[in-house]
Amino acid sequence: MKRWLLLLLAALLAAPAWAQTVLVDDRGRRVELAAPPQRIVSLLPSLTETVCALQACARLVGTDRFSNWPDSVLALPKLGGLEDTQIERIVSLKPDLVLAAGSSRAIDRLEALGLRVVALEPKSLQDTQRVIGKVALALGDAAAGAALWQRLSTRIDAAAARVPAAVRGKKVYFEVASAPYAAGEVSFIGETLARLGMGNAVPAALGPFPKLNPEYVVRVQPDIVMAAATALAEMPSRPGWDGLRALREHRACGFATERWEVLIRPGPRLAEAADILAECLVGLGAKAR
Amino acid sequence: MNDSTRALAAVAATLLLAAAALAVFGLAAGSEGLSFAWGRDWDLVAAIRAPRTVGALFTGALLGLAGAIAQGLFRNPLADPYLLGSAAGAGLGVVLVLAAGGLFGRLIGLANADLLLRFGLVGAAFAGALAGVTLTLLLARGTAQPMVLLLSGVVVGILLSAVSETVMLIAPEALRGKQIFLLGSTAFLGWNSVAVLAGALLVTLPLSLRFARALDALVLGEASARSLGLELPRVRLLLVVLMALATGTAVAQAGLVAFVGLVAPHIVRRLVVVTHGPLLALSALAGAVLLLASDVAARSVIAPQELPVGVLTAVFGGLYLMVLLRRRGRW
Repeated sequence: MKRWLLLLLAALLAAPAWAQTVLVDDRGRRVELAAPPQRIVSLLPSLTETVCALQACARLVGTDRFSNWPDSVLALPKLGGLEDTQIERIVSLKPDLVLAAGSSRAIDRLEALGLRVVALEPKSLQDTQRVIGKVALALGDAAAGAALWQRLSTRIDAAAARVPAAVRGKKVYFEVASAPYAAGEVSFIGETLARLGMGNAVPAALGPFPKLNPEYVVRVQPDIVMAAATALAEMPSRPGWDGLRALREHRACGFATERWEVLIRPGPRLAEAADILAECLVGLGAKAR
Repeated sequence: MNDSTRALAAVAATLLLAAAALAVFGLAAGSEGLSFAWGRDWDLVAAIRAPRTVGALFTGALLGLAGAIAQGLFRNPLADPYLLGSAAGAGLGVVLVLAAGGLFGRLIGLANADLLLRFGLVGAAFAGALAGVTLTLLLARGTAQPMVLLLSGVVVGILLSAVSETVMLIAPEALRGKQIFLLGSTAFLGWNSVAVLAGALLVTLPLSLRFARALDALVLGEASARSLGLELPRVRLLLVVLMALATGTAVAQAGLVAFVGLVAPHIVRRLVVVTHGPLLALSALAGAVLLLASDVAARSVIAPQELPVGVLTAVFGGLYLMVLLRRRGRW
């Protein structure tokens, strides 16, 4: 009897660290992983990008409709969006891990069908760091997460160093959608701008992505306007917006779709986003001189 | 002046006064709450608040008018551009034009649309509104059965909205950020929009007033109307076209603002018993008041942030209908 117990103990001790991998997702749910997942479905572009940035792209077997980076994920089955997730197809792919946004309506259904779901909701820069850490942990290489974040952080600092003194601290109005919705100080975009040393036309009190009275923007007179290229092109013809000095004096950057997607996804391409923003600011700084 | 004309004059005066008072608030409600320092803020008032205020009045008037026409034409107090499929049709028209613009590589922004394009959008919305009502009428086989008509309208509305949603899914590029617009928004109404809205109002209001008598006759039933010498098919077609034009213009400029067309005629009927002549005019006025009130509230409640104006019209309109239901126990 004692020998059996000893053997059992030995077996437990010898088992790989894997057996103990437990992570708490953003719903506060404990998720246990018996082995590193090999068939992963990701239902959020930033989570897809995180998996790939952690060198586990080959383990993805399907993504949501909007995941389009890196190119290799374009060939994977597309499983719908937040509202119309294709439950049956996901189940038929037999994933051993589903990564989803906390707001995804599919989570309960997928769990009821016996799938392991980790819900993660990257909203701020801090969230992004945490999400990268959790995904790395789930993939079985927690250290890779910390290393990736370190690389991102260093690259963002390098981008910040390139921002010309002439534009540093200027108020940026960053429009995410034309209602108009803006990226405020407390959004991850606002936080990235802050790390680049920039101010924001939308203070923290208004929340991350407030729907603004268009008059507000004209009244605030931001020093710099940033938006998707198409939105920027239509701005001067909005009622009263021809009075925006930043537009009249071309202190504005419009971003084409591909670059725009980098900017509006809180994932591992944040450093690239910082580079894009810095490039815009360097251009504006050269003009200011 | 007899009693009924006096009551009529009182209601008209009250609504006009309300519109005027709200217009003052409309010029004052900015991103910093109410401010009457119009001299200091002149640029903002002239370029943003004034056209937005006038635009909300005109949009509301068109919707109120369309609602009154619909309710008279179909002898159904629940009829409105939304329940007859015409608003959904207008929305689909707008979505298709925007998506086509995107496909041709030229992205059409609703705010930057020049006058010509605005008329293009209005045309598409008008055609869509007309198609929506026509579908509803075909499905219901005429207006004889009110319940069937309403059900058909709801079905057509759902169907056309579903087509819009699908188009938006297929061409998300062209429509990015426009979903909000389709929920109803007065935020970007400029002088261009006001010109288009005014044009539509100038056409639809006087013309529909000319057919007020026909609507009165229709109240007595189709047989009586015919015996009074009305050419029913022609009259009906013209009124449907007028309703579609009013709805289409409003939707093309301000998106799908809910409830105004349904509630405006009810407010008028609750205040005064009238024939269709004054009913049409007063419904337009009531619609204008309702939408401007919602717009001012949308701008002010959480300034400098905004609430979607369509949500507020639904709240105001819905509350009013609930009160009406409780008081009268019927529609």
